Amino acid sequence: MRYGLLAVVLIGAATLGGCSDGVLDPKGPIALAERQILFNALGIMLAIVIPVIVATLGVGFWFRASNKRARYRPNFAYSGRLEMLVWSIPAMTVFLVGGVAWVGSHELNPRKPIESAVKPLRVQVASLDWKWLFIYPDEGVASVNYLAIPAGTPVSFELTSSGVMNSFFVPQLGSQIYTMAGMVTRLHLQADQPGSYRGMSAQYSGEGFADMTFNVEAVAPDKFSEWVDATRSVGVELNGTTYAELAKPSTKVAPFTYRAVAPGLFDSIIVSEMQSDDAMCRKNPTSMRAEK
Amino acid sequence: MNLLGKLDWSAIPLDQPIIMGATGGMVLVIAVVLGWITLKGYVPYLWHEWITSVDHKRIGIMYIILALIMLLRGFADALMMRGQQAVAAGGAQGYLPPEHFDQIFSAHGTIMIFFMAMPFVIGMMNFAVPLQLGVRDMAFPTLNSVALGLTASGILLTNVSLGVGEFAKTGWVAYPPLSELQYSPGVGVDYYLWALQISGVGTLMTGINFVATILKTRAPGMSLMRMPVFCWTSLAANLLIVAAFPVLTATFAMLLLDRYLGFHFFTTDAGGNPMMYINLFWVWGHPEVYILVLPAFGIFSEVVSTFSGKPLFGYRSMVAATMAICVLSFFVWLHHFFTMGASANVNGFFGVMTMIIAVPTGVKVFNWLFTMYGGRIRFTVPILWSIGFMVTFVIGGMTGVLMAVPPADFQLHNSLFLIAHFHNVIIGGTVFGLMAGYNYWFPKAFGFKLDERWGRVSFWCWLIGFYVAFMPLYALGLMGMTRRMQHYDVASWQPWLVVAAVGVAIILVGIVAQVIQLVVSIRNREQLKVTADPWNGRTLEWATASPPPAWNFAALPQVADLDALWNRKQRERTQQTQAPKDRKFDPIEMPKNSATGFITAFFAVVTGFAMIWHIWWMAGLGAIGIFLTMLAFAFRDEEEVEIPAEQIARFEQAHQAEITA
Repeated sequence: MRYGLLAVVLIGAATLGGCSDGVLDPKGPIALAERQILFNALGIMLAIVIPVIVATLGVGFWFRASNKRARYRPNFAYSGRLEMLVWSIPAMTVFLVGGVAWVGSHELNPRKPIESAVKPLRVQVASLDWKWLFIYPDEGVASVNYLAIPAGTPVSFELTSSGVMNSFFVPQLGSQIYTMAGMVTRLHLQADQPGSYRGMSAQYSGEGFADMTFNVEAVAPDKFSEWVDATRSVGVELNGTTYAELAKPSTKVAPFTYRAVAPGLFDSIIVSEMQSDDAMCRKNPTSMRAEK
Repeated sequence: MNLLGKLDWSAIPLDQPIIMGATGGMVLVIAVVLGWITLKGYVPYLWHEWITSVDHKRIGIMYIILALIMLLRGFADALMMRGQQAVAAGGAQGYLPPEHFDQIFSAHGTIMIFFMAMPFVIGMMNFAVPLQLGVRDMAFPTLNSVALGLTASGILLTNVSLGVGEFAKTGWVAYPPLSELQYSPGVGVDYYLWALQISGVGTLMTGINFVATILKTRAPGMSLMRMPVFCWTSLAANLLIVAAFPVLTATFAMLLLDRYLGFHFFTTDAGGNPMMYINLFWVWGHPEVYILVLPAFGIFSEVVSTFSGKPLFGYRSMVAATMAICVLSFFVWLHHFFTMGASANVNGFFGVMTMIIAVPTGVKVFNWLFTMYGGRIRFTVPILWSIGFMVTFVIGGMTGVLMAVPPADFQLHNSLFLIAHFHNVIIGGTVFGLMAGYNYWFPKAFGFKLDERWGRVSFWCWLIGFYVAFMPLYALGLMGMTRRMQHYDVASWQPWLVVAAVGVAIILVGIVAQVIQLVVSIRNREQLKVTADPWNGRTLEWATASPPPAWNFAALPQVADLDALWNRKQRERTQQTQAPKDRKFDPIEMPKNSATGFITAFFAVVTGFAMIWHIWWMAGLGAIGIFLTMLAFAFRDEEEVEIPAEQIARFEQAHQAEITA
């Protein structure tokens, strides 16, 4: 039973120790705010949980049958005052944490743009089997399994999926969000400092899921412009044909870029999922995936 | 036309040594057990006394045997997963390829929830509820037997998938579009769906049966507010079953229509919406966790009160809290997918509702605490599990409320933090409760106690193993590790996963200790023999013999207050009343044994297997078989047997002699 306390210690140790990279090492305003909420909620609850654990062990030990000094009260089964206390302690705790939840839901709504003097960068994300496609609509380039962003600039994401659901997640930058076929979700993140952050899918999506990781490279804004310019000069164009090629299931795809993006390609990914010809996949029940 | 549908020799994975080894081992064990039973001539005994029995106690025990076997199967999956993740770091792929690993975690979740926890909980309720209510059987005894049969059918189909075909590779929730034909063309998802459809119908029957039993058949004088708390939590759990399981059945039916007949409920094209499945699944799924944990809460209430030698503190509060949880559990499902992109108001609402459900749960913890306060606590194995639960469960509850804060969930969703949380509440809540109940009611069921020493060893191994296995998972979740990873590229996660694997090994020692406990206890059953009331109990199940006769009570007990037996014992002590020497007994009508459950289960397996493999003629025959079985049951001539008064008198005399001896 004393291992209950060990649990708290272990969580604490994780906080202090080996948690670089994780959600406890935020590198942007969203992740920072979320860590604060995590700590606030945890603090409020520990204030009640630790005394309960101690009391449980203490009462259990003191009132052991062999302890002659403990007073046996075989009919102590009701007390109005204690009942009041018993209902109000959890109610008050929940009132506080509930406040945190309600305010937090609004403050950190993934749809809410990050307030900033800097114009946000737009990025369109599509999860494919089993890799990530990032389209920069304003820059007219795209990349796979590699997301370059300017540090200190809010990034406004639009996300969808080519088929199976995934979850777009960069722990050190903050909120994850599902990518769903035929639908668009919104997310706003920002990296405060240049650095390299691990990104991944947080929703199991089949065989190649474990390798569905990508690197977020936050660089100084001028370095980002350089990257865009460099990207425009190499590789192929992302259009219907190259997209169809990319959409075939594959794992462990090394990062690469497209020099240009055909207009409306992201919208066509969304629409194709909504209105794709039914006959096509039914005629071929062993779909692209099954060929693997 | 192929007579065997999609089934051919390629369905048996002869090239997979691990799977074939497991299958071979399983088949061998079953063959040896069946052979032994046949050679020893136990078949008629098993058939008449167990398989066709409609006695709620026997059915409860059979449920629990199924659950314990499935615990071993599900735990074997857990060992393999922990082993895989302990080694598959950096570039290493471990020893399980994705297609196998993905089946293992799907099977682990499905088996542990549906075929370990559910039968265990239902078995406990089956055994204890009618006894606590002071009645002789369930409202619908044969329906009870059919429900057991259907649960066993689901279990059988799931285990057949190990050797014939494959199991789902979708996770135990089988979210579309991944579980749709387009992305999962194999039979794995079909095994999952048919096994759960069949056992789900059985569970719904159980729910209806218990609601009817608890509301309509109680001992004379037992008003609702005089019911033991375990009956209350069972009532709440079964109301949840009746309300929630049809949702699951309907949802799976829609997915089956998608997969078999080309419908578009949850496809990504032609107007289907996979997110609707996720909503519907959790409309069932969240009440489900309370179906599992409420009866465990009831067991803790009985155990804490009995071994503290005190009435439960705040009985009315406990009842109110139980029913509040019952209702509120339908208003929280969206917290399973805050990350779907709903508006802030929707997320905020479900976050706050989720926390509100923590209030009655917190009340319960305080009430157990005050029940112990002023008590004279005997530290038996059941109370060890209960105190272990109270400490462990508040940690799990805390991390649950933490994840109910939507912005925190945006970071923790689907991470190992979540895995740690729900194992914290399901193991720390449900499993600990079931273990407490198993040790608590075992002497009632079999007439001898379980060995204390091995019980303690098992408890401490489980408790320590649990913390060593799951606390690292909390840390890993905070470090950004997602669930269901066949391998990973972050080297710093590995030490934590190795520690977790050690924890699972400690739990394994606990399980082994439990098996030894059972064997040792059976061997020493003469020394461990008990009479009616080994724990100085408070409720009516301790008023009858251990094991109770088929009719439970020679005369239905008269109930005048809560803790009926305790108060009767107090009165007898003060008034020195003696049981009259020449008690008159009336003959008792008991429900007649019926093979309906077994035959229905047989045809259900045939139908399920045939549907999975598209063997349409066989599915049709199975369905007709089920229908004819029901028809035959409906036209039965006699449904009851009379137990003569002499037999009852003989039993009661022997029982009295045993008590006075």
